Amino acid sequence: MAMKKSTRERVGITILAWVVAFLIFFPILWTFLTSFKSELDAIAMPPKFLFFHWTLENYLEVQSRSNYLRFASNSIILSIGANIVGLIIAVPAAWSMAFAPGRWTKDLLMWMLSTKMMPAVGVLVPIYLIARTLHLLDSLIGIGLVLLLINLPLLVWMLYTYFKEIPVDILEAARMDGASLLNEIVYVLTPMAVPGIASTMLLAVILSWNEAFWTLNLTTSAAAPLTQFIASFSAPEGFFWAKLSAASTLAIAPILILGWFSQKQLVRGLTFGAVK
Amino acid sequence: MGSIQLKDVRKAFGAVNVINGVSLDISEGEFAVFVGPSGCGKSTLLRLIAGLEDVTSGQVLIDAKDMTNVGPSQRGLAMVFQSYALYPHMSVRGNIAFALKMAGQKADVIEQKVRKAAATLNLTDYLDRKPRQLSGGQRQRVAIGRAIVREPKAFLFDEPLSNLDAALRVQMRVEIGELHEALKTTMVYVTHDQVEAMTMADKIVVLDRGSVAQVGSPLDLYNRPNGLFVAGFIGSPTMNLIKGPPAAKRGAETIGIRPEHADISTTAGEWPAKVRLAEHLGSDTFVHADGDSVGPLTLRLEGEAPLTPGQSIFVTPREAHLHRFDKDGRRMN
Repeated sequence: MAMKKSTRERVGITILAWVVAFLIFFPILWTFLTSFKSELDAIAMPPKFLFFHWTLENYLEVQSRSNYLRFASNSIILSIGANIVGLIIAVPAAWSMAFAPGRWTKDLLMWMLSTKMMPAVGVLVPIYLIARTLHLLDSLIGIGLVLLLINLPLLVWMLYTYFKEIPVDILEAARMDGASLLNEIVYVLTPMAVPGIASTMLLAVILSWNEAFWTLNLTTSAAAPLTQFIASFSAPEGFFWAKLSAASTLAIAPILILGWFSQKQLVRGLTFGAVK
Repeated sequence: MGSIQLKDVRKAFGAVNVINGVSLDISEGEFAVFVGPSGCGKSTLLRLIAGLEDVTSGQVLIDAKDMTNVGPSQRGLAMVFQSYALYPHMSVRGNIAFALKMAGQKADVIEQKVRKAAATLNLTDYLDRKPRQLSGGQRQRVAIGRAIVREPKAFLFDEPLSNLDAALRVQMRVEIGELHEALKTTMVYVTHDQVEAMTMADKIVVLDRGSVAQVGSPLDLYNRPNGLFVAGFIGSPTMNLIKGPPAAKRGAETIGIRPEHADISTTAGEWPAKVRLAEHLGSDTFVHADGDSVGPLTLRLEGEAPLTPGQSIFVTPREAHLHRFDKDGRRMN
């Protein structure tokens, strides 16, 4: 009797898990399916799920109307570029906080985190004005800088927790072996922290890729990433749902594929240091 | 090459004084052991010599040169950590070669030196393995190999055998002793195990709460402890310390007699006692007894002694080996 119960329990929980996963995934699935419908089918009531006339016309139209590749390359350059620069700043910062903490280190970490708690819209006007004055509107450097700065607290925090997991005496052994500070970071710390650095970078890239608020406000065409690409399909005449869906699918496809292949690292990154 | 001097070294962490004015001389080629209970500051003292901590005041001299403000990478010392601290992402070869690489030596010279160190420590077959593929004893050898290959002025050992099982500890103790014989380099060794201290040291430094209690050769400390602390610390099982009339009779506040320096009789003797427990090791017998007026006693007899719990005995200390201490706990002569 006990055995049967647990099998039933397990089956029940598995089904429940799949249902929840399906519900969470549903918006993405719906977007994907809608991208293959005609505009009429897209707004049909009752909604059509799988049985409609599948067409590629939306993808063709979306690509002909605006250059997907330019938006995509901007997204790639911004996500990867801003975060590589971020890492170069964050690695030494996290090192000093983890291995040479001072009186104010804990306060500094809290303060950095607190900057993420404020809604971005609160500083929209000042940042916009600064960007305009410095001629950084619609430039890769301008938006790159902003993306760098919003991710920096996250990079430092995550690297800090990964570095804290590294036993201090291994670094001391390196010092006794005659390694200078730079050698210690390059030959010992970084190789040991590579999984942590990779998870951090992955999460940061995903966040920058999806960042919509600043990219929509500070770019128009030259530096516009894929977020602008999607937004351009919501016109004053109304939403072109099918084309919007096609654009959205094209925009999230790369990051979705990246996320699928790096699931393990992502999960590790998101639960960093939580289980010691 | 390899003399170390500490001049009135103090170390405080915030308001806590961990080392209170320690002055020491370690000669070239000497095997010095820092020993003491947990928290006495022996590891901190070692780290001050290594340069991994800065002194609050005082001087650290290596080969008569003031190294107080010199970083650990420039002191020419090698350290073996309690946790081995091997580089997990490098092979055994990489671990041993690292210091030579940092010193900028040529690849073929490095390879030759690594092979020599590996041969000395029986690690030749493991050169390409990673630390996680090695046993505790092998990792310890790699840690030692990493230190040897640098040909340092002195070796610093921070409780290197604590993480090993008993049998391995005995074996490694002998190997380290043999290493010292072969290399003749100064070694400073920290341990809480007074057996390691007694067997390995040329000179023992007993530390008590950040100060030096006594410095001397193992037998010096064993035969002439300068106070109650050292008397109770050195020697296993601990010295029997007795207060009251037996001590007053001999003109002291406390007298001490080591377990092996007392005679047991079933018929007559100075202190009547009752056996609580007898531990039979085959080679020795440890008798734990409750003296009628002297309190608990631990005694060691050679060979097998057929004593049973509850049995009445008489204990007589051998006067020649009796230690006398005054009311401040200091040795009386």
